[in-house]
Amino acid sequence: MRKSIMLAVLGCVLVSGCARLLPDVKPYEREQLADPIMSFSRDPISDQYLDHVYDVREGARGATVSQGGGCGCN
Amino acid sequence: MVVTEQAVGRLIRRRYIRTIHQAGVLFILFAGVPAARAVTLPEDRADLMYHYYDGGGVTVSGPAMLVRKSVGDNVSVSGRYYVDTISSASVDVVTTASPYRDKREELSVGVDLLHGNSLASVSMISSKERDYQADTLGLNVTHDLFGGLTTLDFGFSNGKDTVGKVNETFQMDINRYNFRLGLTQVLSRSLLVGISFEDIAEDGYLNNPYRYARFGNSIMSSVPYPETYPGARDSQAVALRAVQGFSTASRPLGMSARMDYRYYRDTWDVRANTLRFTLQRYFSDRWIGEARYRYYQQSAASFYSDYFTEVMTYMARDKELSTFHSHSLGVRFSWMLSKQQLPFFNKASLNFAHDYVYFDYQDFTDIRTGQPYSFGANILQLYISGWY
Amino acid sequence: MTEKNTVRSCWAMLRLVVCSVVIGLVVSGAATAKVPAIGTVAPDFTLRSSLGKNLKLSEYRGQVVMVNFWATWCAPCRQEMPELNRLYEQYQRVGFVLLGVNVDDNPKAAQELSAQLGVRFPVLFDSAKQVSGRYDIDAMPSTLLLDRSGTVRYLHRGYRRGVEKEYEEKIRELLRQ
Repeated sequence: MRKSIMLAVLGCVLVSGCARLLPDVKPYEREQLADPIMSFSRDPISDQYLDHVYDVREGARGATVSQGGGCGCN
Repeated sequence: MVVTEQAVGRLIRRRYIRTIHQAGVLFILFAGVPAARAVTLPEDRADLMYHYYDGGGVTVSGPAMLVRKSVGDNVSVSGRYYVDTISSASVDVVTTASPYRDKREELSVGVDLLHGNSLASVSMISSKERDYQADTLGLNVTHDLFGGLTTLDFGFSNGKDTVGKVNETFQMDINRYNFRLGLTQVLSRSLLVGISFEDIAEDGYLNNPYRYARFGNSIMSSVPYPETYPGARDSQAVALRAVQGFSTASRPLGMSARMDYRYYRDTWDVRANTLRFTLQRYFSDRWIGEARYRYYQQSAASFYSDYFTEVMTYMARDKELSTFHSHSLGVRFSWMLSKQQLPFFNKASLNFAHDYVYFDYQDFTDIRTGQPYSFGANILQLYISGWY
Repeated sequence: MTEKNTVRSCWAMLRLVVCSVVIGLVVSGAATAKVPAIGTVAPDFTLRSSLGKNLKLSEYRGQVVMVNFWATWCAPCRQEMPELNRLYEQYQRVGFVLLGVNVDDNPKAAQELSAQLGVRFPVLFDSAKQVSGRYDIDAMPSTLLLDRSGTVRYLHRGYRRGVEKEYEEKIRELLRQ
């Protein structure tokens, strides 16, 4: 239990420290990131459909960007 | 390996209850922390699609529709309707039964609530076909940190499926839990990375009541034999993704390159790797072209076999659980329409996508030919999107 | 038995890592951001404008000035535009001026959108992001109100429907002074 708490605190400190090292992109510099071609899911209707097509035919499932229609069915 | 299905099921449920507790505590922490507001409601939009799949003797087509509208400043509601009309003469079907037609309808509704830097979503999905009913309730929380440079995602779903058999009084259940975690991080003005994790735990009747395994001394001399599956399945998937923007002669952000990788494993011993590359480019202010490649590889479930020489506790011959790999190559074209050209919308797009996927099985034999099975399929999408 | 315990401890370890990462991120995020301080004189700047000439902030001393930082790719900014336009048209004649500082990489996009939205107030082009940097803008949109002596008296981050009423109150208050 104590080991878990120590690890958790160490983790927090490390992450707080690391977070400050990450490059700082200002809100007024986000133009490119706002573009549809930089999105992980530009058109959810299309991503959900294609994920479903593969899900139904493959053994693997999960950890995709779209979360719609989880019915892999049999 | 799997002790008792009920014990695993109980253990999984207890783990989830504890994790939900922790997630709840974290959410409360978030709600209280002030930070520059960056998270917004999803955009209002409507999409209408026609989809078509043809391969391996199976044709599946139908419409799909998605509508999303914000109500006030903090609420957004969405609805999705999806239909699969299936015409199946697949290798499984033609070797054990006769070709069939079926229709699957899926309806989902969702509500998103914006509070401070968090977006909470609740969704209900209901899918129905003649011999299968699936209902899922999902909960998701997205939280922005550092003015939106970091986004955290938590998700939890519970699904209940009822498995039936056409023209028979057969009814079995499946209970499913999904737990999702995700993190997206802005690394530069033109680089975004993400990592996500999903754990899926199911118990119940997990096989297909129509499918048979094969029993005999060789594949060609084998006979159909009932499949038996374990009553539980627990899986974990971890995915990494990154998208990098590039400038072109005409635009500061003219092109993007994206890579996705997913590792999957489950308690049935299936191990899979998925790798995707996507390139998107503006060909003018109005045209976006996309090219994509996907590679998938999996190793078979421990109780899968092309044919069994002796009776085992668990026996499966579902090709989705076999050793196989697939390659797919696709393109998508999007034509953006501006407000001047449209009556009601601010913006709209017309899109067409075509993917060709080739499946190559190593330990699943096509008993019509005696050779390892393989097939190619075409996946077509035609859809219009409108923003208002 | 072993498989179950391994899965269990992997899961516990993952939960621990995730929780500590999240708490760490939350703690770092709670640090206050630098702001253009209320009560200090707003930094002066000169930018090319939609009026065809360069505009300098200090030339507006004696008037109540609202400086709004916006971009075409920022949805709340676009939503806010008609409201800002209304405020400008209403109070322009009694000593109020609204300067829309746009941060698009391409000023042409800003010009097109403001024409489309019927924007009447001057739009200034900060495509080099120098003014945004000087003002340490940490949210889009950002709205500052300066009194007649050029001192920052009010700052609002983001946009939500109804906040224009707050702006209006503050503008009237500063106009009375």
